[in-house]
Amino acid sequence: MKKPILREVNESMGFYALLGVFGALILVALGAVYFMEHNGHHVTGMNNQIVWGMPHVFALFLIVAASGALNVASIASVFGRYQYKPLAPLSTVLAAALLLGGLMVLVLDLGRPDRLIVAMTYYNFKSIFAWNIILYNGFLAILVVYLWTQLDPTMVKYGKIAGFAAFIWRLVLTTGTGSIFGFLVARQGYDAAIMAPMFIIMSFAFGLAVFMLVMFAAYKWTNRPLGDGIVRRLKNLLGVFVGAVLYFSLVFHLTNLYATEHHGVEAFILRDGGIFTNLYWWGHFVIGGLLPLFLLYCRKTRDSRTLIGLASLLIILGGIAQLYVIIVGGQAYPLDMFPGMEVSSSFADGVVNNYSPSLAETLLGLGGFAVAMLLVTVVARALRMLPESLADDVVDPHHSKADA
Amino acid sequence: MSINNQADQSRRKFLGNSAAVVAGVTIAPGILLHTPAQARSLDQAASSKQRWGILIDTNQCDSGCDKCVTACQTENGWGKNETKSNSEQQAQWIRKVELKDPNTGHQQSLPVMCQHCENPPCVDVCPTGASMKRDDGIVLVDKHICIGCRYCMMACPYKARSFIHEELKGQATVAPRGKGTVESCTMCVQRVDAGGSPACVEACPGKNGKAMVFGDLNDANSEIAKRLKQYGGKQIRADLGLNPSVRYQGI
Repeated sequence: MKKPILREVNESMGFYALLGVFGALILVALGAVYFMEHNGHHVTGMNNQIVWGMPHVFALFLIVAASGALNVASIASVFGRYQYKPLAPLSTVLAAALLLGGLMVLVLDLGRPDRLIVAMTYYNFKSIFAWNIILYNGFLAILVVYLWTQLDPTMVKYGKIAGFAAFIWRLVLTTGTGSIFGFLVARQGYDAAIMAPMFIIMSFAFGLAVFMLVMFAAYKWTNRPLGDGIVRRLKNLLGVFVGAVLYFSLVFHLTNLYATEHHGVEAFILRDGGIFTNLYWWGHFVIGGLLPLFLLYCRKTRDSRTLIGLASLLIILGGIAQLYVIIVGGQAYPLDMFPGMEVSSSFADGVVNNYSPSLAETLLGLGGFAVAMLLVTVVARALRMLPESLADDVVDPHHSKADA
Repeated sequence: MSINNQADQSRRKFLGNSAAVVAGVTIAPGILLHTPAQARSLDQAASSKQRWGILIDTNQCDSGCDKCVTACQTENGWGKNETKSNSEQQAQWIRKVELKDPNTGHQQSLPVMCQHCENPPCVDVCPTGASMKRDDGIVLVDKHICIGCRYCMMACPYKARSFIHEELKGQATVAPRGKGTVESCTMCVQRVDAGGSPACVEACPGKNGKAMVFGDLNDANSEIAKRLKQYGGKQIRADLGLNPSVRYQGI
């Protein structure tokens, strides 16, 4: 077995093109932020009924995916599968980059982003948000140490413990993210303990899907060999995660359907909700679930890199649709303040709330993706983190036997 | 070897340049987005001996009447100065809600505002502690440390809170409000601290006598406590166990 060599990427035209594209997207996003913060949120589609909109959909996708992007490193360090070890640095860097992208979107959508220092210095320890601020910062710190143990030969001996710490931490972190909604007793669409484990499994699927695309792009654009062995293992794992997301989503709604008090909100999401119903069934279930499963496992499609990449992209789009249904759909359904009564008021009581995302909000969300990808590109240039070759014989000398 | 060294130097140069860019990007938003906060401290001289509350008798509340709403607007200066926000973005500290029982056709009208819960979810979820409850039970937002995350609005079962979507002018001095922060009914804390009662209660004409009573729930001799003892009172979403200070009769 050859020892995998980690090497930085070169400053090619492609490298600068990527920096240019992501940099431009970030500038556009910052322009959108200036527009929104200067005018106030009245230029967005958000209002006093739908208080969290497109920025939160993107931010939570990125934060959830960040946790899952660490899958590959965890499998190597925690579960001892050495074949994945060469990819651990990319997995770790991608996790940190996605988290920073998501946090940027979340912070820049605040009513007072200039008061970020207040959020860092005033803590209400009963708030899940406050826990999350600590969980996110702690995760970044652990990832830095974890990356150090992967890249510095003198630190390798601490790799196992750092990997284990990162693994536990990210499970807690995604529990915290899911609990933002799970703990909201006020709204019919939330208030469910299953939110936390569902967010964890969503993170596995979304994070691995992003990882697959980044890995494919990095290896194709740097002309480095990427063997079928590792791709096949990862895409099989991705399929399992996608199936698990569908399972959790179904159980969540089935449990609600059993209780009469939840029939209203379930009918809204699953049958009568217009855009939300379409996004749930077509976006989340078909495009983000059944179609990728077909592409990843069907004999005719499962060996095509292009189609595995397409499946990953569909999982990402389906994930965004799923989060849109959870976040915006959960707010669109009216609060049930007077059960059994018909309610009306000047403040949209008793009616389905409207939300049309503005361009600026969406650009800010896309800016989060751009930040994550720019960071990965820059770090791939700055650090020797990407294996020169992931050809089958480099990754696993027994690959032909193992796959037979 | 020398090629390797050159590659290393170019990598280090790149690292140095990247560090400068990162530093710039980190510092710039703080400079560009910072606007000085208005200096004002809320009077915290409140005691847990009192628990201020409002009792609303829906039988006395006329569906065509919104005097409580207009009185609140006049007192606290909301409702007129949000010119750019659409109707779903404009703040409403108190609103009239119309109820109809689909089984019997029975109709009711009642005002809904911040219910000043004993266990307020908005206070629980607020990351900075800007959402807070005074010792006398009045739930407020500290505008100096509200970062505008709107988690309290997600958590409130009464939809009592509003976010300010634009720059405001012409605010009432008793109720400072600011773009990018969250606000709600303060139970007219400025009047209560001066020994008075909330503007909505004062303005309420009722059908045959006032529909709203303000007082100290902890004082057994107060009118509100006596009425609650004699006739009872209901909480909206009592199932949540939040024990609000605003109680209703007739719902």
